[in-house]
Amino acid sequence: MSDTSTINSQGPLLTNDGVPLKDSLRKSLRRSKIRSFLLILVPLLFVLALFVAPIGSLLSRSVDDVYINNVFPQTFAQYEVWEDKSILPSEEMFAAVINDIRITHKLENSEGKNIGKNLLGKSGTRMTYEFSGWRSLLLKTVKSATKVNKRSKEEIKPYTWEAPYKEKMIKRDKRWGKVEFWQSLGAMKDPYTMGYYLNAVDLRYDANKNIIQKVEHLRVYKTIWMRTLQVSLMVTIFCLILAYPVSYLLATLPMRISNLLMICVLMPFWTSLLVRIVAWMIMLQQNGVVNDTFVTILPCFEGMVNLPFFGATNIDLCFGDEDRIPMMYNFTGTIIVMTQILLPFMILPIYSIMKGIPPSYMKAAQNLGATPTRAFIRVYIPQSVPGVGAGCILVFIVAIGYYITPELVGGKDGLMIGNFVAREMQQTLNWGLAAAMGTMLLIAVLALYWVYDKFIGIDNLKMG
Amino acid sequence: MKFPSYTTPREKLWHYSYRTYCGLVLFFLVAPLIVVIPLSFTNSVFLQFVPEMKIFSFETWSFNFDGYGTRWYKELFGICSDNTGTTVCTDRWMIGIKNSAFIAVFATFFASVLGTLAALGLSNRHMPFNRLIMALMISPMIVPLIITAAGMFFFFAKLNLVATLTGLIVAHTILGIPFVVITVTASLAGFDNNLMRAAANLGGSPLRNFFKIQAPLIAPGVISGALFAFITSFDEVVIVLFVGGPEQYTLPRQMWSGIRNEISPTILAAATILVIFSILLLTTLEMLRRRSERIRGVRQN
Repeated sequence: MSDTSTINSQGPLLTNDGVPLKDSLRKSLRRSKIRSFLLILVPLLFVLALFVAPIGSLLSRSVDDVYINNVFPQTFAQYEVWEDKSILPSEEMFAAVINDIRITHKLENSEGKNIGKNLLGKSGTRMTYEFSGWRSLLLKTVKSATKVNKRSKEEIKPYTWEAPYKEKMIKRDKRWGKVEFWQSLGAMKDPYTMGYYLNAVDLRYDANKNIIQKVEHLRVYKTIWMRTLQVSLMVTIFCLILAYPVSYLLATLPMRISNLLMICVLMPFWTSLLVRIVAWMIMLQQNGVVNDTFVTILPCFEGMVNLPFFGATNIDLCFGDEDRIPMMYNFTGTIIVMTQILLPFMILPIYSIMKGIPPSYMKAAQNLGATPTRAFIRVYIPQSVPGVGAGCILVFIVAIGYYITPELVGGKDGLMIGNFVAREMQQTLNWGLAAAMGTMLLIAVLALYWVYDKFIGIDNLKMG
Repeated sequence: MKFPSYTTPREKLWHYSYRTYCGLVLFFLVAPLIVVIPLSFTNSVFLQFVPEMKIFSFETWSFNFDGYGTRWYKELFGICSDNTGTTVCTDRWMIGIKNSAFIAVFATFFASVLGTLAALGLSNRHMPFNRLIMALMISPMIVPLIITAAGMFFFFAKLNLVATLTGLIVAHTILGIPFVVITVTASLAGFDNNLMRAAANLGGSPLRNFFKIQAPLIAPGVISGALFAFITSFDEVVIVLFVGGPEQYTLPRQMWSGIRNEISPTILAAATILVIFSILLLTTLEMLRRRSERIRGVRQN
């Protein structure tokens, strides 16, 4: 305190140029900040534009219901004024549907190419997600509603269907007479929908926008979410059980030997994922190395034995060709292969923490009278917890989003949520649902990432 | 193994069973990779050890290598001179290798440059939002690939980048950046900023100081990050499946369709080469690490 006052009494401290030191420091700090910012600018923009933006657009797709509102604006407006939703709507709403179809049907893009037909097809697909049957109903109606009278002499040929439409439509397809179809429009009228998220957890909207469970045979995704969680947890636990003793060994052996053993850990880590999967196929298939080994080395004993207490018993202790265990293309296969692939992610963080635990602590504990087991449990294990935490979170994060391994070795009962995202993207083309499932997965991963960053620090992530 | 005289038999038993357990775990890690190598030299069309592959026969007490040959390596490299009619050679594997190498080289280059710039900027502790930006730059490594691939598929379609080499290079560059950021940050962690101040005091220009003083010190970090980026790109299949088209057949893509559809031992030949490749990379990395330690050791003295 006294120092500052003496300085102040003599005026501010100056640099050689006569500028106050404080200002000069601030200026140089600002300059260094600007320099750092300029360095970061290009990579940051690159990642923002080509990684964050794509993911953001995926997220927006999961709630996006805008284009169906562009296709059916009049219909949705009529839906708002439809009073008693338990009986069929009035003629105005039927007319609105026909009008919307006719307007969309003629839509052209800037190059004069018709895009309306495609839009109507897409809308039908979207509507089917809410109530099955919409697509075929809509396409059928589009055909009738847009038919023109070819014999007409007028410039713009009039449509063959004329108002009133209600009876004509019901006659064309009796589904128009079912109030459930009309009610399901309620779930689509907002530009943003939670429908895809509900779908992803086996729920849906009913006519009054209440959230209800899906019909039993359509409930598939809950099982998949549970399995994803189960696989990730099991893989994490197995990795921990396998990794902890090995890391301890690597951390306590002399450097020369442990470096050599480290190759066993790093080599699979560096080898192509697909190579490891192929390798496991050779190991685990029906005629694979593991089953071959079982058949060759396991004892084969078959026959009657006189056992005490049990008497004569027929014992079949044979591992023959017919006993080969199916270990590939099922749940077991997914677990085994993922455990091996993710094991280095567990060993490396635990090892790097254990490396920093001084061996003298254990010795001190034993000197003070603890048994080796007690010293290990009370002194060593608590110190290794940060490594265990880092390894577990890392393995879990990577496991939960796995796609390739379950796809190739999982068969039917080893598939995880990642596989269903891909399936909705490529086969069913329900992109909204894919986006919703992806978003939920992403939130789970980012939450764990945040925990990791908070407690361990992302810059402490070590590789190799 | 020498035990002190006071070791009880129980402790000895514990010691040996512990070592055995660790040995089994390490075996579990490497066994599948080792099995691939002999099987890639099979002459049969099956991906399993057929009876002809028995090297030593106890009946005749003799060695026999008839089950082995380089048939699948020839297939891999598209050299099928023996037109026996049974082998149909495709050059798909070679095209795949070339495409993969091309994409990986460019992606590695861009990822190294961008990642190093970011790490240099982020090393300034006074930078606002330092941690947030760091988390953002590393996130491509954390976000599940399937989500990245799905997002890029829609977004790149708008930019006309789907089914182009450029699109794949961009995607792989993004996947590679986190590795370079992490390794360069690690090598900057021990960097003494006084060195740069001293150089500036002695009259060097900032650029000259960077290349003369900072660059050699962070070079091992950049190179090991680049290796990670390279191997990530070279091994990447999910984004290729979504963003790439039929023209961009890469090696992992070829392996993927090999596993799913027409599985043949060619895939084992490719796998063996990749295993050897990874051993080479591992050795390079280890040498870099030692070099980096040596340089820092000099600095600390």
